[in-house]
Amino acid sequence: MNEITGQLLKVVSDWDGGSFKGAYNIREDSGCAGRQSSENIKIEPKNDNPGIVIKISAKAQKETVYIPACITKGGVDDLVYNDFIVEDGADVIIVAGCGVHSDDEEESRHNGIHRFFIGKNAKVLYKEKHIGTGKGSGAKRINPVTDVTMGENSYMEMDTIQISGVTSSDRSTSARLGAGAKLVIRERLMTDGNETAKSVFDVTLDGDDSGVDLVSRSVAKGNSYQEYKSVINGNCRCTGHSECDAILADNGRVNAAPALNASSLDASLIHEAAIGKIAGEQIIKLRTLGLTEEEAERKIIDGFLK
Amino acid sequence: MLELKDIRWRLPEGEEILKGIDLTVPDGKLTVVTGPNGGGKTSLAKIIAGLYEPCGGSIILNGEDITSMDITERAKKGVAYAFQQPVRFKGLTVRDLLELSAEEKLSEDRICSLLGEVGLCAREYMDREADSSLSGGESKRIEIATVLARKNADMLVFDEPEAGIDLWSFSNLITAFERLKSEGSRSLLVISHQERIMEIADHIAVIADGKVTAQGSREDILPRILKGDTRSKCPLGKTRKEEC
Repeated sequence: MNEITGQLLKVVSDWDGGSFKGAYNIREDSGCAGRQSSENIKIEPKNDNPGIVIKISAKAQKETVYIPACITKGGVDDLVYNDFIVEDGADVIIVAGCGVHSDDEEESRHNGIHRFFIGKNAKVLYKEKHIGTGKGSGAKRINPVTDVTMGENSYMEMDTIQISGVTSSDRSTSARLGAGAKLVIRERLMTDGNETAKSVFDVTLDGDDSGVDLVSRSVAKGNSYQEYKSVINGNCRCTGHSECDAILADNGRVNAAPALNASSLDASLIHEAAIGKIAGEQIIKLRTLGLTEEEAERKIIDGFLK
Repeated sequence: MLELKDIRWRLPEGEEILKGIDLTVPDGKLTVVTGPNGGGKTSLAKIIAGLYEPCGGSIILNGEDITSMDITERAKKGVAYAFQQPVRFKGLTVRDLLELSAEEKLSEDRICSLLGEVGLCAREYMDREADSSLSGGESKRIEIATVLARKNADMLVFDEPEAGIDLWSFSNLITAFERLKSEGSRSLLVISHQERIMEIADHIAVIADGKVTAQGSREDILPRILKGDTRSKCPLGKTRKEEC
């Protein structure tokens, strides 16, 4: 892999510069820069589309697989289809993430389409960091599409972070939960300059005692614009919670539209949305501890997105 | 030592709230400021911490005039302030706030000690967000702990620390104040209506209608308060707005 990929991996995959342990697939400029299966996690190329199939056996317990994608130059329009097949009872950590870099005027883009098939009683922690880097004026775009099917009593936690440098992102996440399945989504997002970010979540609770907890925290600075849409469909005895908290700074704009659809008397669904600037009293409190106004603002935002 | 000289403050609408406060908070002592609601006590505490700018008078801390200093500068000079209404933070944990207060990473034992002083079981609280999921009483006790954690502060101001906390925690608070007093290295200014806090005070000042109507040693002032004869204009328990 090239040097820029190495730099991006340090951010999106917490790579320490050594070799990846266990299973991994490193995608670089629409090609493969490295791939390795482990005993319990098999990675194979797809035959019909660009991308891979990741098969996680029930023997995988607390095992980690790395699936980062890096775009290291302008003019790349990457499209990848990755399927994750998680066997009943498996317990896996998936470190995905995408870095897009451009030092020229050409646009670079990553479109990652991930499908998850999670078996009964399986547990998945999915970590995804997005970053855009490079001094080029070319736009850096990341458009992730995630579709999840969760089996009985399975558990998935999605932890997504996009902090800086991505000109535009268009995230679409959909999930369908079986009986007893639990889905936890934590999105953290910061946009600045003229960046835009759109997040759409559509979760359908189909099995009794299924539940989703979706929390999005974002900061919109500069002239940036964010859109948040969530739909929770409760079709049975289930619980759903969605929360969108956004901090505005400068001329930042946020449009939040959480929606709930209940078609069962036993569906218990809640949504919350709060948008506003940093509360003045929070800054004052931290200043009474000795922080300057700028330090206080930074601390509040860092904590909010932590 | 903190000296307040002829402090005056008025609302933006023009109403005069503080009408020339003269007050000295001696080193290593506990001074209680009490008096009727609306008399100007909280305004005075906010002026000391730099949240309000006085219209007149001067504030001298350890011989240095800090009147024109802003909130941050005063904090760095050693003023710590516990808000009457605690501020909530989404994303900052109790541990974060205590470490910001202490200006260093804190061991779990130290966090336990600080939270224990205000009657909280640290293991349950240190990694919780200091947000609206905490009750009013829990937030208040954490607010007090952030001031106790300020190791570089020698002028601690508490605005009605007893408000909203249960009796057991209040007992812990009294113990914490007594410990601070016995150490003798910090000055405490406590805005309070609580007799138990006044009972451990070294000095007591009564503020009513924007003026100090009585001040002196606890032995002198507390019996007079209990008898109700410290009033110059407004009797204790009546608000400034009420007929005196």
